[in-house]
Amino acid sequence: MEQLVFYLFATIAVVAGLVVVLQRKAIYSALALIVCFGSIAVLFYQLGAFFIAAIQVIVYAGAIMVMFLFVVMLIDPESEFFSFNRIRRVSVLALPMSAVLALILLWAMPVLRESDTNSQSLAQKGSIEVIARSLFSDYLLPFEVTSILILVAVLGAMVLAKKVD
Amino acid sequence: MLETFWILLLFPLVGAAINGIFGKRFSPGLIATIGCGSVFISFAIALLTFFELLGLAPADRAVTNHLFTWIESGNFVANASFLFDPLSGVMILVVTGVGFLIHLYSVEYMRGETGYYRFFAYLNLFIFMMSTLVLADNYLLMFVGWEGVGLCSYLLIGYYFETRVAGDAAKKAFIVNRIGDFGFLLGMFLIFQTFGTLEYHSLFSTVAERFPAPEIGFGVLSGITLLLFLGATGKSAQIPLYVWLPDAMAGPTPVSALIHAATMVTAGVYMIARSATLYSRAPESMLIVAVIGIVTALVAALIAIAQRDIKKVLAYSTVSQLGYMFLAVGVGAWASGIFHLYTHAFFKALLFLGSGSVILAMHHEQDMLKMGGLKKYLPITWATMGVATLAIAGIPPFAGFFSKDEILWNSLVSGHGHLLLWVAGVLVAALTAFYMARLMYLTFYGKERFSHESHGHHDDHDHHHSGPPKEPSLFVTLPLMILGVLSAIAGLVGLPAWLGDNRFEHFLEPVFHYAYTGDGHQGEHSHSLEIGLTVVIVTLALISIFLAYRFFVKNPAIPERIAERFAGIHKLLWNKFYVDEVYDALIVWPIERISRFVLWKGIDVGIIDGAVNGVASLMQGWSNRVKRLQSGYARAYASWILFGAVLIFLYYYLAN
Amino acid sequence: MVSTTQFLVLGAILFSIGTLGVIVRRNTITMFMSIELMLNAVNLTFLAFARHFDQVDGQIFVFFVMTVAAAEAAVGLALIVLLSKRNDSVDIDQANTMKW
Repeated sequence: MEQLVFYLFATIAVVAGLVVVLQRKAIYSALALIVCFGSIAVLFYQLGAFFIAAIQVIVYAGAIMVMFLFVVMLIDPESEFFSFNRIRRVSVLALPMSAVLALILLWAMPVLRESDTNSQSLAQKGSIEVIARSLFSDYLLPFEVTSILILVAVLGAMVLAKKVD
Repeated sequence: MLETFWILLLFPLVGAAINGIFGKRFSPGLIATIGCGSVFISFAIALLTFFELLGLAPADRAVTNHLFTWIESGNFVANASFLFDPLSGVMILVVTGVGFLIHLYSVEYMRGETGYYRFFAYLNLFIFMMSTLVLADNYLLMFVGWEGVGLCSYLLIGYYFETRVAGDAAKKAFIVNRIGDFGFLLGMFLIFQTFGTLEYHSLFSTVAERFPAPEIGFGVLSGITLLLFLGATGKSAQIPLYVWLPDAMAGPTPVSALIHAATMVTAGVYMIARSATLYSRAPESMLIVAVIGIVTALVAALIAIAQRDIKKVLAYSTVSQLGYMFLAVGVGAWASGIFHLYTHAFFKALLFLGSGSVILAMHHEQDMLKMGGLKKYLPITWATMGVATLAIAGIPPFAGFFSKDEILWNSLVSGHGHLLLWVAGVLVAALTAFYMARLMYLTFYGKERFSHESHGHHDDHDHHHSGPPKEPSLFVTLPLMILGVLSAIAGLVGLPAWLGDNRFEHFLEPVFHYAYTGDGHQGEHSHSLEIGLTVVIVTLALISIFLAYRFFVKNPAIPERIAERFAGIHKLLWNKFYVDEVYDALIVWPIERISRFVLWKGIDVGIIDGAVNGVASLMQGWSNRVKRLQSGYARAYASWILFGAVLIFLYYYLAN
Repeated sequence: MVSTTQFLVLGAILFSIGTLGVIVRRNTITMFMSIELMLNAVNLTFLAFARHFDQVDGQIFVFFVMTVAAAEAAVGLALIVLLSKRNDSVDIDQANTMKW
């Protein structure tokens, strides 16, 4: 059952990811990305990270992607004419290089398989409480810094969007 | 004053600073007051100190003022401390005394010149540097003064820097002096290397301890002394480095009198006398010093005979007289050398100042053949210069007679003396009398060979209006008269043995305490021999003067006939033995060629510039290729990042 | 039970797809989305490892990555809006004036 769910949502995520990359119209890419994020959220859940899965749906698939859709609709980008002679010389190598990257990453996997010790204690304890404890003790400073980062980002976005030459 | 005599150094320095920095806004009167006043105060202090020194027992007559430790590095120590002993006492009196008179003279002589303040600032600076030189108690501090006077000499020779001649002469003096300074420096290094100190007293006592007897052959002392002597030949204008001094006459006449006759050029003699301890133990060097001295004296005297420029004659005369002094120290007659230095300072300064007075009266005409008959116009100048001429010619009882007689006597009888040195010396004495008499006769006697209306060049000296030549004001004539009196009587402090006591020599004796005085005393020579030789010399001088009278007053055609008859010799003398030309061909020309074609065009342009430019253009070429990477396309950059990431992954993957 | 390796493989595939997108697409917005995809792929591996080693730190990191992604999206999209106003296009190849 678990395997089935994994492969189902893994396939959806990969296909949606390919659609994001290969679709000419930005609006379709955005919609495919929402699908991709949703299936990834399921996988997060499967990994026992319930809290993260929830955030994934709310923040990523929800808030951020809505922002993307807003921008796409706001500036209405023309559909991209996709042809290889417009690709830069180095970009030609992108496909093989991406493939090589994937292969290397895949090759690297067996190193891990040896020490495969799946433990579900994290999931059983309830990840929200564990995350909260950790976040407000060990990671307090990074957490606060992150809030400042977001504040700066908000201000920056406002300033940038306001300035019209 | 003995405890704080060093403050005499401050006044000229402060004077130079004030005049040099603020002088542009001062009135000439104020500038002159500061300039002369500072030197006069120095002179007064020097005089007071000197009399205090006389009050001490002869053995105690060496007082050191320690100011501060100047350099301390490892076992090397150089102090800023000053020594007042009989030798530096005599020197400082000459420097500040004659210096003050010349400052006074300059007040009138330089009036109206642009840069009046500059002149006095330089002159004061010179006095400061010269005082440092003579009062220093170690070689390094002496070298500071040594370089300082060289600098002032350069600045003052080039005082009329608008004219090319003055600029060139200044550069020549400086460059030629550098060669000598190089020797001086090496000599100092060698002293420190060998004896570990540069301070006079400890050095000399060490030397006396380690070298109880003169070294045989060519040893370290000979090396030191010859290197120091190279420095002396540069500063004191001896063969082979004398060529700068005649050209230095491009400077104003007071400068010629002060720096290039009375004080700076005698620094070499002073230095050798100071180093008597070293020299007396290096007989080889002594011989070289004596021979160089007498040859210089002879050559310069010969050249002086044929010169027409009044200042050039005096310049060569100075070179010649300096040669005498080196002869004296070269035969070990240290006191006689300093004695001649001291008398020479008076009469040569007087001659220069007198010639300046003549030049002033002649509206900057220096050619003696365009003068003549000035006696009735310039009686004071004539009288004082006459005294100086008699002094330099060695006519008793004027100052030069005693000192010159002393030197010649020593050159014959001292342990280092030789008959040939004496003969050459006597010849020089006769020549000296001849050319000096020629100068006097051509200038003051005979027909007037100038016109009263328009003489010389009418430059910006607008106060030199036309009209018959007339005596300048008291500022000029007072120094002349004082120096005249001194030229007449200054020699009396050093009477020869047959006339009485040579107090000058006794006074200086403690300074040469450590000098080696082994064999060769003159005690066994009878007074009658000395008197006889003196009579010979004086007679020769008188004959020379008489000949000059015949040639240049009675029968002016004779010299021309002689010049025609011996055209070759005359040409040789007139062209100063072509020394400048020879130096040009042998040294300057090759250096110039090598510099231009090897060092500049070859090494500098080819290798150094080539390397620099090559590296630059290599970089540029490569940058032109590499810059294509920065295309401005974000995707290309992303690709590169991916490429790099793949490479790193590959590396780690393959490395495992 | 789904093994860690399976998640890692999926992460690698998604990451490579994202990389491909960043390089081949000229539309700035799509490039941006590809980057988000890459971030998610990384998040996946973080969580896989978190489960693998039974530690919470991986989840914390994902949390931070999301926060940064949100901030980045805000600023990045503002920049894209500006760019499109300026160039009348979101083609990244037209924004190439920053070069030698």
